[in-house]
Amino acid sequence: MSIQLGSRVPHGPIEKQWDQARFEMKLVNPANKRKHTVIVVGSGLAGASAAATLGELGYNVKCFCFQDSPRRAHSIAAQGGINAAKNYHSDGDSVFRLFYDTVKGGDFRSREANVYRLAQISVNIIDQCVAQGVPFAREYGGTLANRSFGGAQVSRTFYARGQTGQQLLLGAYQALERQVDAGHVTMFPRTEMLDLVVIDGHARGIVTRNLVTGKIESHVADAVVLGTGGYGNVYYLSTNAKGSNCTAIWRAHKRGAAFANPCFTQIHPTCIPVSGHYQSKLTLMSESLRNDGRIWVPLKAGDKRPPNQIPENERDYYLERRYPSFGNLVPRDVASRNAKAVCDEGRGVGETGHGVYLDFSDSIKSLGVDLIRERYGNLFDMYQRITDENPYQVPMRIYPAIHYTMGGLWVDYYLMSTIPGLFVIGEANFSDHGANRLGASALMQGLSDGYFILPYTVGDYIAKSKLDKIDTGHPEFAKSRAGVADLTSRLLSIQGSQTVDSFHRRLGRVLWDYCGMSRNAQGLELALGQIRELREQYWKDVTVTGGADDLNQSLERAGRVADFFELAELMCLDALDRNESCGGHFREECQTPDGEAQRNDQEFSYVAAWEYQGPEQPPALHKEPLHFEYVQPSQRSYK
Amino acid sequence: MEIAADRFYTSTIGKKAVMAASGCVLFLFVVGHLIGNLQIYEGPEKLNHYAVLLRSMPALLWSVRAILLLMLALHVWSSVQLAVRNIDARPTGYVKKKATQSSYASRTMYWSGPIILAFVVYHLLDFTFGNLNPHFEEGNVYANVVASFRVIPVSAFYIVAMLLLAMHLYHGLWSMFQSLGFYHPRYTPVLKRSAAVIAILIAAGNISIPVSVMAGIVR
Amino acid sequence: MRLVLHVWRQKNPGSRGRMVRYEAGDVNPDMSMLELLDVINEGLMVKGEEPIAFEHDCREGICGSCGFMINGIAHGPLPASTVCQLTMRHFKDGQELYLEPWRAKAFPVIKDLVVDRGAFDRIISAGGFISVPTGSAPDGNAIPVPKEDADRAMDAAACIGCGACVAACPNASAALFTGAKIAHLGLLPQGQPERHERALRMVTQFNRENFGSCTNIGECEAVCPKEIKLEVIARMNHDFIQASRLRR
Repeated sequence: MSIQLGSRVPHGPIEKQWDQARFEMKLVNPANKRKHTVIVVGSGLAGASAAATLGELGYNVKCFCFQDSPRRAHSIAAQGGINAAKNYHSDGDSVFRLFYDTVKGGDFRSREANVYRLAQISVNIIDQCVAQGVPFAREYGGTLANRSFGGAQVSRTFYARGQTGQQLLLGAYQALERQVDAGHVTMFPRTEMLDLVVIDGHARGIVTRNLVTGKIESHVADAVVLGTGGYGNVYYLSTNAKGSNCTAIWRAHKRGAAFANPCFTQIHPTCIPVSGHYQSKLTLMSESLRNDGRIWVPLKAGDKRPPNQIPENERDYYLERRYPSFGNLVPRDVASRNAKAVCDEGRGVGETGHGVYLDFSDSIKSLGVDLIRERYGNLFDMYQRITDENPYQVPMRIYPAIHYTMGGLWVDYYLMSTIPGLFVIGEANFSDHGANRLGASALMQGLSDGYFILPYTVGDYIAKSKLDKIDTGHPEFAKSRAGVADLTSRLLSIQGSQTVDSFHRRLGRVLWDYCGMSRNAQGLELALGQIRELREQYWKDVTVTGGADDLNQSLERAGRVADFFELAELMCLDALDRNESCGGHFREECQTPDGEAQRNDQEFSYVAAWEYQGPEQPPALHKEPLHFEYVQPSQRSYK
Repeated sequence: MEIAADRFYTSTIGKKAVMAASGCVLFLFVVGHLIGNLQIYEGPEKLNHYAVLLRSMPALLWSVRAILLLMLALHVWSSVQLAVRNIDARPTGYVKKKATQSSYASRTMYWSGPIILAFVVYHLLDFTFGNLNPHFEEGNVYANVVASFRVIPVSAFYIVAMLLLAMHLYHGLWSMFQSLGFYHPRYTPVLKRSAAVIAILIAAGNISIPVSVMAGIVR
Repeated sequence: MRLVLHVWRQKNPGSRGRMVRYEAGDVNPDMSMLELLDVINEGLMVKGEEPIAFEHDCREGICGSCGFMINGIAHGPLPASTVCQLTMRHFKDGQELYLEPWRAKAFPVIKDLVVDRGAFDRIISAGGFISVPTGSAPDGNAIPVPKEDADRAMDAAACIGCGACVAACPNASAALFTGAKIAHLGLLPQGQPERHERALRMVTQFNRENFGSCTNIGECEAVCPKEIKLEVIARMNHDFIQASRLRR
């Protein structure tokens, strides 16, 4: 069975397409909505907002999350803000500009129609969230405050201190809980989706494991929505939450959903550097810090003097030097790569040499310590708590870390994957950010998908498809349950000598070294071999203690890491195949003479959608060509 | 309306509000009682006359007593119900538990309360009904006080009870505002300090009487 | 450095638990409490023993998943932080640490240090929201919100729902948690229409969940990783009392 990549973008001018699409949609009779079950997996910004809105519309919604409460989804950790083309400051912003910035920021590897719709909807999101009681920052006059954010020259970022993600998620979570109370949504916390059930070519349900009792359960639905986030944890060390994983999307992929652009991963430039081998995760410091902080390293390699003793003329403010017009505000991929470059030259700071300074002393001098404290107080506190250094006095040390994955399951304009009835939203899909995501756009995309797009498109799908009535006794469900149970018992029966985490750490190291901030063909080939070798070892020598019938955190992790191994391979294949540099994907073979990423639009202006062909079979590559009618591809320049 | 009242009182907040309101009335009584009793320093006539004055208005006296009794009953009953609930809310205790910021007074309300109640009963039997006072003379308040406080254990119990009352009042006085929904970052700290001052003044005033008796200043 | 840990181990909700002693040598002072548990768990698993179950996710103090008692203090001795942010440099070499799960009837133990905090979700579900169906919102700037109100609402909204307030309260009361949401929404103009109904419904649910009462002693405030103040409890009391009075 070969998959078809029909993007289903409506005809007509881009600014009318979403209206047109909505007009053409078939509607479900309100009285019948209750009879249709929609499964939403994941309760982050995308999942919770989708489940809440579908509940409001009257569908029978079942929402699943592996955490103990939907409020803990990792969207909660987003710090900086959310973009919207409100143009409240009359500084020249518009829907078109946000669209333009996002397409350009994504290095021309996203679908124009989707991005335009995202920019259109951005304004509704702010209204919705304000009405829900999200305590956005305000000016003294009572109006909403904005700040400018990495890669943008207008002030369009709305924020709630350094906890914007938390506040938006709580808004969505509260809307979700309201529907739980109304009886429209049933919440299944501490439940992990372990398989997607496809019957007659349509997604018809999922098989889950109750993480407390170990019970394997089936859930039937008319449509399945995955809002399960990104797969950055494949690198082991990332800014993602420890539980974030690729299992839901990977298992859907194995059931026929194409995986798009898996190698498009984003490295965030401002994280706290690694301090030791025990390190379990990396902590992100909001990118907003770059608004007032200046990034530098010593001019001379190996200069180990404390930062305050290095005189001004022996410092290299390398971003300001190389990119005079954007300076410290260049997009994330550019900032990250430059940090790696100066560290590779031996000019990195801190004990490990993997770090650069982010210095606030000039801003403190010009703006005063109080204003800096008001803007970044909680971030400074967090930094100090972790490093035991006071950033008001000593420059922060930062280093890039894996943060976001632009790749994900392929979806069409209607956010439907290559499996009819399987919708994918938020970071879990590939749709809007191309090869690089701009700051404050992830929250926007999650909420746009969940509140404003998916509820329409799911309805259209349900109204148009004639689905047979089935129950969990269907043979496909039985087969899927047996497969899940088998995987669990296989993991428990290996009883080897190495822990899941030790494998995961090694896998992450391989990926970070060869499929991280910069990649080359030779390294990727090497990585493919090492990953396969590690995976073989994993299935022979991993140890998973405890049983299958109760809370068993190492068993949960073991299943997720098994999927990471397979995904890692696909990422390297994709990175190898895409012999160009674009956005977060930097192929060393493809760079301009002064070391900037060089795109190859002639050969690679497409979305790479990979189809699973069975275990140990090479995946099949399908290409969705990208056309740019409104933003002409150009070499990004932030100079 | 009945349901609303029921919902109010069955809630922990409703019970706390009842405790706060009844506690406030009892506090006013304590203040009035102290002011009356301090007349002991003006000699036997003055104090005994004050007692006679009170008894000359039986309707008023008994209404006040009835209200006080009702308030006491509400205060005690709601606190007992809350205490039962609170003990039930943590069936398994900690191996280690450290208090970090709460005052000693606030943590011991469930001890200071019942001890003060026991003291009140004793105090009534001693001074109002005279059952426990071998030298009790109906109407001669001054002499009764002096006779009782000459017995050192009686004075000691009285003093301890007053210290507990001070603690109870210290937490109760500011906490009743919190329970009734008043908090202000500027005024609440003032309230807390005032509560401490008032509690100490009341205890000091009350304790001065047995001390004066024992020291022979009042005889 | 070296540390001695006494950790509550309990196989499942029905079984009896006990404190078990573990020694951790070669502890790096920059490690977080959870990373120390990771290291201990790695050792246990290599020996074929079950690791210590503990809840964790973001490991940067915002998701609210982690939390347990360390030497009798919720989230340990470092103020305004969660256990994932607590580094070992705050302890002395050779110190003994007692790790226990949150204790409350409303938070039954699931395993080891993991408890069930579903009661919090049910309290929010009862009324901790503003009813605004998707798409029905006016423009974001249609209703100005004084900066001070927005800031105070944000102070209360910072709650991460970790449960430390319940754990630290001698009465296992969820007053700080419930009050934080009532204060957050009640401080904003958008939250006014449902203000009374919200207070009535949330407090009623809070009472159904076997939490104790607030005795205004402030232990919750002291351990709250987000430094939420007792003021939110007064606001809850105020709104509930007023709602009860005005209720027809």
